[in-house]
Amino acid sequence: MRHLLLAGAATLALAATGALGQSLQDAKQGGSMIVTYKDDVSTLDPAIGYDWQNWSMIKSLFDGLMDYEPGTTELRNELSESHTISDDGKVFTFTLRDGPTFHNGRKITAEDVKYSLDRVTDPETKSPGAGFFAMIEGFDAQSAGEADGLSGVKVLDDRTVEITLTRPDATFLHVMALNFAMVVPKEAVEEFGDDFGKNPVGSGAFKLAEWTLGQRLVFEAYDDYWNEGLPKMEQITFEIGQEPVVALLRLQQGQADIPGDGIPPAQFLEVMNDPEQAKQVVEGGQLHTGYVTMNTQMPPFDNKQVRQAVNMAINKDRIVKVINGRAIPANQPLPPSMPGYAEDYEGYEFDPEKAKELLAEAGFPDGFETELFVYNTDPNPRIAQAIQQDLKAIGITAEIRSLAQANVIAAGGEKDQAPMIWSGGMGWIADFPDPSNFYGPILGCGGAVTGGWNWAWYCNEELDAKAAEADSIVDPARAEERQQMWREIYLQIMEDAPWAPVFHEQRFTIKSDQLGGPDEIFADPVHIPVHYDYVFSKNVQ
Amino acid sequence: MASYILRRLLQSALILLGITLVTFVLLYLVPADPARQIAGRSATAETVANIRAQLGLDQPFFVQYWRYLTGLLQGDLGRSYLQRTEVSELVASRLPATLLLMAGAIACELALGLTIGIIAALKRNSRLDNGLMIFSFISISAPQFVVGILLLYVFAVKLGWFPIGGYGTFAHLVLPAVTLGFLGGGWYSRMMRSSMIDVLGQDFVRTARANGLSKWRIVLRHVLPNAILPIIAMIGIDIGLFMSGIVVVESVFGWPGIGQLAWQAIQRVDIPIIMGVTLVSATAIVLGNLLADLTAPLIDPRIKLK
Repeated sequence: MRHLLLAGAATLALAATGALGQSLQDAKQGGSMIVTYKDDVSTLDPAIGYDWQNWSMIKSLFDGLMDYEPGTTELRNELSESHTISDDGKVFTFTLRDGPTFHNGRKITAEDVKYSLDRVTDPETKSPGAGFFAMIEGFDAQSAGEADGLSGVKVLDDRTVEITLTRPDATFLHVMALNFAMVVPKEAVEEFGDDFGKNPVGSGAFKLAEWTLGQRLVFEAYDDYWNEGLPKMEQITFEIGQEPVVALLRLQQGQADIPGDGIPPAQFLEVMNDPEQAKQVVEGGQLHTGYVTMNTQMPPFDNKQVRQAVNMAINKDRIVKVINGRAIPANQPLPPSMPGYAEDYEGYEFDPEKAKELLAEAGFPDGFETELFVYNTDPNPRIAQAIQQDLKAIGITAEIRSLAQANVIAAGGEKDQAPMIWSGGMGWIADFPDPSNFYGPILGCGGAVTGGWNWAWYCNEELDAKAAEADSIVDPARAEERQQMWREIYLQIMEDAPWAPVFHEQRFTIKSDQLGGPDEIFADPVHIPVHYDYVFSKNVQ
Repeated sequence: MASYILRRLLQSALILLGITLVTFVLLYLVPADPARQIAGRSATAETVANIRAQLGLDQPFFVQYWRYLTGLLQGDLGRSYLQRTEVSELVASRLPATLLLMAGAIACELALGLTIGIIAALKRNSRLDNGLMIFSFISISAPQFVVGILLLYVFAVKLGWFPIGGYGTFAHLVLPAVTLGFLGGGWYSRMMRSSMIDVLGQDFVRTARANGLSKWRIVLRHVLPNAILPIIAMIGIDIGLFMSGIVVVESVFGWPGIGQLAWQAIQRVDIPIIMGVTLVSATAIVLGNLLADLTAPLIDPRIKLK
């Protein structure tokens, strides 16, 4: 399951790539760094790993056909040298580079690509990412366990693979850049079986040299990496089991380079108010939105006016203060750096008086009682309390139900369990930088099913149809038109108000003095906390 | 003796069986569906159903429990849902660290507890005694997390005497062991004090004094060996107390033991790991108690095992 996930700080794509190229060319290879984490790494199998911690580790151990320019959300070819899209937008043909090898020394072929896609969609693999590949022909049979691979993936020759979709899909290249689509060698998967995630063999810039359960992982540079000059570091050590507070102390003592879990909330102000330390912090946006869902199937939230009143009652600026300004207030589901974001939309203003009037109009002049579900880790209960106070001011008494993450998710997935949920800690961070990724499972009809992730149980069939239409626009020349359609979809959602969007989180990475590299890779949209392949050591320069 | 051990072992097995049943029921009732958790949010209903079937989660409760038990008898603790690794491997990799920490902590606890207890008993009702008893009271009631962080801050950060968390050398062991020992030491000191006072008032001590033996000789040769008896039985029972403290202390000091593993698994509702760790700790507690009971007659021949 997705504990939090990936990101995208679609920051200044163009400027970044230019600057990045220059400063990195001069950087020498060598040196090492220490990254600390509280929790053990769960798995390094790209078909299975799906949390914020292993996501970027897997990216450094494996490669896929597609990837992003470092520090940006701009797609580029990776293991594929080039790709073509048929006119109807349904057939994608990838030509592989000649040269890349797996860490076991074997050259990568088109067969490996097919094997990897068949594997991730095979129900036996139990991949949490299988659903992303639903647009590939033959997916349904494969996912039902009735087929022997995806009929839509064909190997034309050693270096060419052709993928046919059942519908034109503008997000497909993004899907091919997900970790789930990364290429794995069949022989290693078969050798290690269920333990492949502990013995990963990929083709990435780093290979796994040591994994002592519960203590440390050591990555070493892969000398035969196809992309010359990478990685910059000779070695990365991930030390496991360190509380964020302790990790920060170690960084301050020069015993660690990056606290992977970030700056602990309690120390945030102290760090930012100290000029010496603040200098070492890089801030970046991410494709995240924190929101309150209102169950549109449960009274009184089946009433649109009630939901709009809640939108007006929440003081977002104050909530941002509660988390020490580590976010910007939100007025719509999409974060600002996402294509399709409505710049000129002002959202619901903070106006408790007007909210009270709306409630009275809806038939609740004296308010009502309800429940607000929240994930029980800091700062989420504090945020829920702030929301509770705001709601109290317009007459709504919300009892806070503070539970473990799995329990909140389970309650959200039942039609009549959770009237309101604060999404924090489970909030949506996009898997890939496209507006469609904020819709399907969390706002579309498909997610409004038992066990689904559409906790507002909002289902607007007209919007579903429009979303499908927008996603069928594959032609890059019509990208603008597609964005416009998505923009309209999200504005309609705001009119129906199944959510009260609250804020978009910012990312803050603190690093030691010895680490070098452009800021973009320390706030890389898809690599958290950093883009390991590109970080260099100043000690060897 | 043999029949006593056999009976106790049988009892222990039944207790452990009961613990697996209770844990299994509780985790069965947790409203979090492992299949959905594994499948992820973009999974189709078919995928979820498929995973559920593969894990046997679609079976009735007793079938699942029976499967778990038969696996357990063959030494199979199951496979973690999220890490996809054998639970026995995960536990085994962390057990040495926990055992080491436990040994260190018991040593600290005894050193601290016995010293304080002895001094307090000898200086009974003095200011020193009152002070020491207040200290032991505080040490019992202090939150482990706070003590751990405080020690870390003073001795690792400010004074730099010890590493800031981690595992590997003797220096790494000191602070976590002292934290646990500080908290447990309070119990031992109170126990030791009352036990000492009890022995000091007995006839043979008076006789020894009357015979003109030196004060230290009396304490070391006659009082201590008698007073320490109840303490030794306490060590076995203490393992249970340790298990709860170890989760917090291991987390604070980044100590890679099973307490930390349990904490991580609980946060992610990784049921096979939670089951496995619970079972291992329960076994430790049961064995600790058994050991305490078995050693008691060796130390004090008046105790008879029946």
